[in-house]
Amino acid sequence: MANRTDFLLTIEDLTVSFDGFKAVDGLNLYVDRNELRVIIGPNGAGKTTVLDLICGKTKATAGSIVFKDRQLIGLPEHKIVHAGIGRKFQTPSIYENLTVFENLEISYPTGRSVMGCLAFRRSEDVIERIESVAKSVFLQDYLHVEGAFLSHGQKQWLEIGMLLMQDPELLMLDEPVAGMSPAEREQTVELLKRICEKRAILVIEHDMEFVQKIAHRVTVLHLGKTLAEGRMEDVRNNQKVRDVYLGH
Amino acid sequence: MKKVYQHLFGGNEGALGLVILAIILAVILPASLDIFRLNLVGKYISYAFVAVGLVLLWGNTGVLSLGQGIFFGLGGYCMAMFLKLEASDPISTKIQSTPGIPDFMDWNQLTHLPALWVPFKSFPFALFAIVALPALLAYILGTAMFKRRVGGVYFAVITQAVALIVSLGIDGNQGYTGGRNGITDLRTLLGWDIRTKSAQYTLYYVAVALLIGCILVGRIVLSTRMGRVLLAMKEREDRVRFSGYDVANFKVFVFCLAAAMSALGGAMFVLQVGFISPSLVGIVPSIEMVIFAAVGGKMSLLGAVYGTLVVNTGKSLFSETFPQLWLFLMGGLFIAVVMFFPNGLAGLWVVVRERLPGLKRRVIRTAVSAATQSAVIPAKLANSEGGE
Repeated sequence: MANRTDFLLTIEDLTVSFDGFKAVDGLNLYVDRNELRVIIGPNGAGKTTVLDLICGKTKATAGSIVFKDRQLIGLPEHKIVHAGIGRKFQTPSIYENLTVFENLEISYPTGRSVMGCLAFRRSEDVIERIESVAKSVFLQDYLHVEGAFLSHGQKQWLEIGMLLMQDPELLMLDEPVAGMSPAEREQTVELLKRICEKRAILVIEHDMEFVQKIAHRVTVLHLGKTLAEGRMEDVRNNQKVRDVYLGH
Repeated sequence: MKKVYQHLFGGNEGALGLVILAIILAVILPASLDIFRLNLVGKYISYAFVAVGLVLLWGNTGVLSLGQGIFFGLGGYCMAMFLKLEASDPISTKIQSTPGIPDFMDWNQLTHLPALWVPFKSFPFALFAIVALPALLAYILGTAMFKRRVGGVYFAVITQAVALIVSLGIDGNQGYTGGRNGITDLRTLLGWDIRTKSAQYTLYYVAVALLIGCILVGRIVLSTRMGRVLLAMKEREDRVRFSGYDVANFKVFVFCLAAAMSALGGAMFVLQVGFISPSLVGIVPSIEMVIFAAVGGKMSLLGAVYGTLVVNTGKSLFSETFPQLWLFLMGGLFIAVVMFFPNGLAGLWVVVRERLPGLKRRVIRTAVSAATQSAVIPAKLANSEGGE
């Protein structure tokens, strides 16, 4: 057990089966502190399902997910968030009927109980924090715009900003640059590099150029199992990976 | 001070709306209606408590309950039990075989007051029970369903089933509840005759004051972070979980709050109308109350009150002339509102106001949320100067 605690996130023998189909099959995955790990793989490899399992959206059939010495399997979603894990979904999941400011405010990590919400006051600290996060995700001029009016890329950033408000130790991003222009991609690379200084990030992405720029390590998933793992260059040259995914 | 003003009244706009409503209810209607009609309005106002609760629960939380009549009825029964016991003193019931118990118990061969009724001899207990019992029931139902993530249509159907069960339960236990006739012949409240004209005026004003109190409570809740969380939940319940909130607790809270408001309405109904019966608890009244809220505008606390008044006035007028037609008209009205005015009268008001020059909104918000929410949620409180 002792060596496991070195990792921020330890996933072992993780399996989930949907009516007999094993979307994730005996997966082992270890993520270090301050590491930026990218998960790649063909469609249906189980990438999103792994994130769903970690954040509690999907219940595992077997296996263990230990985060900072704490077993996450069986915890409800909000407790996993409280433990320090934030999740961005594949399609940007922001609150379109709330302003950018309110979206970020909701994610402020205190007063999240019923009574806490009633007593919550918009203090100077809260406002400062919201403004600084908005700035870091390039939305400082959009604070009072409703989420629905943002561009696709801005929605992606806003969702990342919402996660930053929570100040998680592990950030999970499902296709963060999907639908972004090349310029927006560049900005996102900078953003991820910046926020990775203080926390670990787990990214799912198909854009290999983007992956090349950000990844410390890459994990290739195929049919719910790890096919290869290592630095991007090594993975790229791996024959098995070329056969199932990158070769096409 | 400014903050409190924003919080409670939603700034100038919200305060104005509230003042207009208060003037209509407390000045114009009493001055222009005779006591018979005013008493009818008082009855509608007691339904409006339910509609205000539904605005919080349905409009702002996205949870449709088709069983709010349960809570209205429970509040009413708690009040009626106290009044009935007061009306059943041994002297006025001396011709019964067991004097001192309510008449319907005597008719059902009960020879002593059931244990359930005994605490209702105390007025403070009855007042407490009016709010606490319905809230407790809502807590139990809400916890059982929301924790298991029962929602949407399933929740609506279950609440409807519970409404049916409760009304049948009251109906079937005549000795304990007065059965289908309900609890009737209520006379005095702590010795004060509630049937006199002056008492009816007083009770009318008490109902108006309590209703405005409920609207203010609703505004406070919606103006805090809770209001934003509820809106967020309505749109993306799953996402709110991943923002670190236990969604079920919030739904339970609002369900309890709406139940307590409905129960207050039930108690005011009993005081003003003088009876309660299972026909006010079951499915039909529960659905009617949803229609009141829908017509008024399910997002608007004030709209719900107008909706209740308009629909009920229509009901009185039409059912006096065309009794058969009313139900069809009501059904048609509901369909029309849902299809053409999903935000009810409040939404219609927004459309009218948008056309009036000089009243255009400056903040970027969709038209409907501008009227129904920004009045309620002073979201721009601290930052309105900076961002526009």
